[in-house]
Amino acid sequence: MRRMSLFNVTSLTLVAAFLYLPILLLIIYSFNESKLVTVWGGFSTKWYGELLRNEQFLDAAWVTLKVAVISSTIATVLGTMAALVLVRAGRFIGRTLFSGMIYAPLVMPEVITGLSLLLLFIAAGVDRGATTIILAHATFSMCYVSVVVSSRLVTFDRSLEEAARDLGCTPWDAFFSVTLPIIAPAVIAGWLLAFTLSLDDLVIASFTSGPGATTLPMRIYSAVRLGVSPEINALSTILIGLVSIGVIAASLAGKRSART
Amino acid sequence: MSQTSAVFAPWAEADAKPLISFDRVTKSFGGFIAVDDLSVDIYEREFFALLGPSGCGKTTMMRMLAGFETPTEGEIRLGGEVLRDQPPNARPVNMMFQSYALFPHLSVADNIAFGLKRSQMSKPDITARTEQMLELVQLKDFAKRKPHQLSGGQRQRVALARSLAKSPKLLLLDEPLGALDKKLRQQTQFELMNIQESLGTTFMIVTHDQEEAMTVASRIAVMDKGKIIQVATPGEIYEYPINRYVADFIGDVNVIEAHATGTDTATLTRGEGLKPLEASWGRLTAGDGKLWLALRPEKVQVSVDAPQGTSNALQGKVIDIAYSGNLTTYHVEIDSGQIVMAQEVNRRHLADRSITWEDPVWLSWDKGAGVLMRG
Amino acid sequence: MGRRVLIAIPFLWLLILFLIPFLIVFKISLSDYALARPPYLPQYNPDEGLWALISQLDFETYAFIFSDSLYINAYLSSLQIAAICTLACLALGYPMAYAMARAPKRWQPLLVMLVILPFWTSFLIRVYAWIGILKTEGLLNVFLLWTGAIAEPLAIYNTNIAVCIGIIYTYLPFMILPLYATLERMDDSLLEAAEDLGCSRLSAFWSITLPLSLPGIIAGSFLVFIPAVGEFVIPDLLGGSSNLMIGKTLWVEFFNNRDWTVASAVAMLMLAGLIIPIVLFQRQQERDREAGR
Repeated sequence: MRRMSLFNVTSLTLVAAFLYLPILLLIIYSFNESKLVTVWGGFSTKWYGELLRNEQFLDAAWVTLKVAVISSTIATVLGTMAALVLVRAGRFIGRTLFSGMIYAPLVMPEVITGLSLLLLFIAAGVDRGATTIILAHATFSMCYVSVVVSSRLVTFDRSLEEAARDLGCTPWDAFFSVTLPIIAPAVIAGWLLAFTLSLDDLVIASFTSGPGATTLPMRIYSAVRLGVSPEINALSTILIGLVSIGVIAASLAGKRSART
Repeated sequence: MSQTSAVFAPWAEADAKPLISFDRVTKSFGGFIAVDDLSVDIYEREFFALLGPSGCGKTTMMRMLAGFETPTEGEIRLGGEVLRDQPPNARPVNMMFQSYALFPHLSVADNIAFGLKRSQMSKPDITARTEQMLELVQLKDFAKRKPHQLSGGQRQRVALARSLAKSPKLLLLDEPLGALDKKLRQQTQFELMNIQESLGTTFMIVTHDQEEAMTVASRIAVMDKGKIIQVATPGEIYEYPINRYVADFIGDVNVIEAHATGTDTATLTRGEGLKPLEASWGRLTAGDGKLWLALRPEKVQVSVDAPQGTSNALQGKVIDIAYSGNLTTYHVEIDSGQIVMAQEVNRRHLADRSITWEDPVWLSWDKGAGVLMRG
Repeated sequence: MGRRVLIAIPFLWLLILFLIPFLIVFKISLSDYALARPPYLPQYNPDEGLWALISQLDFETYAFIFSDSLYINAYLSSLQIAAICTLACLALGYPMAYAMARAPKRWQPLLVMLVILPFWTSFLIRVYAWIGILKTEGLLNVFLLWTGAIAEPLAIYNTNIAVCIGIIYTYLPFMILPLYATLERMDDSLLEAAEDLGCSRLSAFWSITLPLSLPGIIAGSFLVFIPAVGEFVIPDLLGGSSNLMIGKTLWVEFFNNRDWTVASAVAMLMLAGLIIPIVLFQRQQERDREAGR
C-alpha cells in the first residue's frame, strides 16, 4: 500500500552509505598486506596473527570484559530498581532530585563524569584499578538501564500483579514470578546496553583507572594517537564482527520471545 | 434463572447470616469520596450484581473485598470476620479481572495452576484440580497454549477457571464480559450462570451493562456517586424502581410528573376538565410529596381509535417512529408537549403498519402499568 | 517498608557516586593551585573543622579563567561546533527518519537495526576509521586525486571540519532514533485529512508532520548538542593540536598540566552552560513517561 518515493529511497541510501562506508573501508584495509594504510598491497591475514601474539591487547581485552560483565550486572540490578522507583513509587521527598540524577548522566559530558568520580575516589582514599572503573561504569550505565526498563514498566498492566496477589502471592513472589519474567526482555536489553557502554568507554575509564588496569579502549587510544596501523584495523574488525553477531542474535532472540 | 427464585431468597429470611457485610463503609481517595457510608449484606450462593455508571464506586467496593484497597471508615466482614488486616493473598476471595490479567509468559494450564501452587496443595492434587477446571470451561485441548494464542472468549474462560481453581468463598467478577462481542456475551452469560449454580460459589459481578445484570443476577444493587440507591431482584428493580435514577438506568422509561392522591390505587390529578389517571403506588406509601410516574414503553398501547374500558388514556400526535425489526417505538407528543414512548411488537409485516408520522393517536395502559416513584 | 528500601538503594548509590563527586569538584574549583599532593589548597583538616575550610575558599580560579581568552574561546568554539553539528545531524537525520517511518512496515525493524548497529560498535573505532579516510594521504584524497576532481590533496584532517564530520558521524543515530519514534507514531489519516481539506503534500508536511514531530526534534537535538559540547575523543583524534574544545581543554589541564583547580572550574562552567538544556531534557523525558502511562 505504501510506496517509497524517490526522495525517501535516496535519503535512506545516502545516510546508510555515510554510516557504513567508513566501517567497510576499515574492514577491507585490515586484510591489507602492506603496512601503509592507503596502499593496497594484496590480501593478507597476517595482522590478525600479529594481534593474537600481542599480550598487551589480550590483557586489556580481559580486563575490559571483566569490567563490562560485572558493571553491567550491577547496573541492571540498580537500574531496574530505579525504574521501579520512577514508575511505581509515587511521590516522595527528593523525587525531583532522584529523577534528575537518573536523567543527567545520560547527557552529561563524559569528561565531567570522569573527573568528578576520580576526585571522589581520591578524596575517599580508594586505590584505583578495575574496581573503581566498575563502580564508575555501573553508575552511569544504571541510568541507561532505568530509562529502558521504565519505558517498559509504564506499559506494564498492573492488574497482572494484582492477579498474582489475589491468587496467593506475597508482593515479592508476585514481582519475581510475574513482573520480572514479563519485563525480562527490557531488562536484558538494558544489560546489553550497559555492557556495550562499558566495553566502549574510554574517557571515564581513563579517569578512574589506576596502574595495572588498562582497558582495551585505553590501549587502542594510545595506539591510535600514534597513527593508523593495520593491526588496529584487524582488532577493530574483530570487535565489529563480535558486536554485530551479538546484536543480531539478540534481536532475533527478542523477536522469537515476542512471538511466543 | 432456572432456579426457583421463590425458594432462594435468603435476604428475605430474618435469621439468615450474610456471607459478606459492608458495615457503613466509606472510602475516599484524597478529597474524592468513592464509596460513601455504604452498608449492604450479601448472602451465600448469591449472584450479586453491582450496577452503575463508571465512577460510581462499584469497582472500589470490589477492590476493597479483594484487598487492594482498605476502607477509610467502617468494616467489611466475610463470614463474620473483619477483613481489614488481611492482605489479598490471605483472603478466601478471588477475582476475575476486567482485562483478564492472564500471565502472558505462562501456558493456560500454568495460569490455572498458579494460585494452587501457592497453597498447601500437593503436586498430584494440583494437576488433578487443573484438569478439572480445564474441563469445566471446556479448554482441555488448549492446556499447553499461551494466552495470546487464544480467542477472546477462550481467554475469558481461562480467567474464570483460574479464579475458581482455589475454590474461593467469594468470586469477584469485574466487567467479566465487557471485552466480548454481543452474541458471545449473551451465550457466556448463561455459561456463567450454569457454573455458578453447579459450584454454589457466591459471585459478585460489577457491570455497567444493565441487561447483563438483569440476566445473571439474583439481586442487583444500583449505585450512584458512592451510594447504593436500590437493592432488589431484577424483576423488582424493573417493575418498581424507587426513583427516577433507577428507572432511567434500567431499560427505557417514560417519566411523567404527577400529583397523587388515594390509598390503594393512586389517582393522578391533571389539568381542569381532564380525566385523572390511575397508577400503582409502587414501593411508596400514599401521600409522598412531589412524585413521578414511571411508565415502561412496552406497557403503552398505541391506537387510532379511543380505547374503551380504561381511564388511562391520552391523546397525542406521532412525532417519530423508530423501527428496529422486532419492535417499533412510537414517539408521541401529548397535550402537555411531553414526548411519550410507546413500544409495539411487530407481529405483522412492516408494510401493514396503519399508523404513520403526524397521525393523531391514543395512548393507553392498564392501571397497574404506571408506577409512582420519587424524584 | 519494602518501598523505602527500594528507593533508598539506588538513591544512595547515585548520591554517593554522582552528586557528592560534583560537590567535590565544586569545592576544588574554589581552591587554589599548590605544589602539593593532591595539588590544591586548602585541604580538609578535621582539627580545624569545616568552617575553616570554607573560609579559605575563593573564586580566584574562576577569575583566572575569565581573564584568559584561551578558555573563553575554547568554550565558544565548543558551543559553535556543537550547534553546527546539531543542525547538520537534523538536516541529515530528518529525511532519513522520515523515510524510515514511511517505509513498508516489515522493513522498518531492519532499518532501525541499520541505524542502531553502528551505535553498538565501538565509538573509538568509528572515529579511528575517519583518520584513515581524512588524512592528507588518506582514502578520500587518494580517491579524489584519482578522479581528477582536485589537483592538490585537501587538508581536512586536523581541522574543525574533521571534528564536525566525526561528531556528525558519531551522533547521527541519536538524532535519527527519537525522530523516527515520533514520526512512526504519527497517524497517516492526519495527513489524508489535511490533504482532504485542501493542503498540498508540501504544506501538509509543514503544517502537520513538522509540528507533530517537534518533540522528536527537541529530544534528538539535546542528545546531540549536550554531549557534543563536552566531547573529548573526537577533537583529540581528528582536530589536531590547533583544536580547542572545552572537553579537551579540561583533559589537558588535568592530565598534562596537573592543574586540578582549573580543570574543576572548567567542569563547573561547562556544567553551568549545559544545566539549562539538561533540565529541559529531563523535563521532557519525565513528560514523555507520564504521557506513556
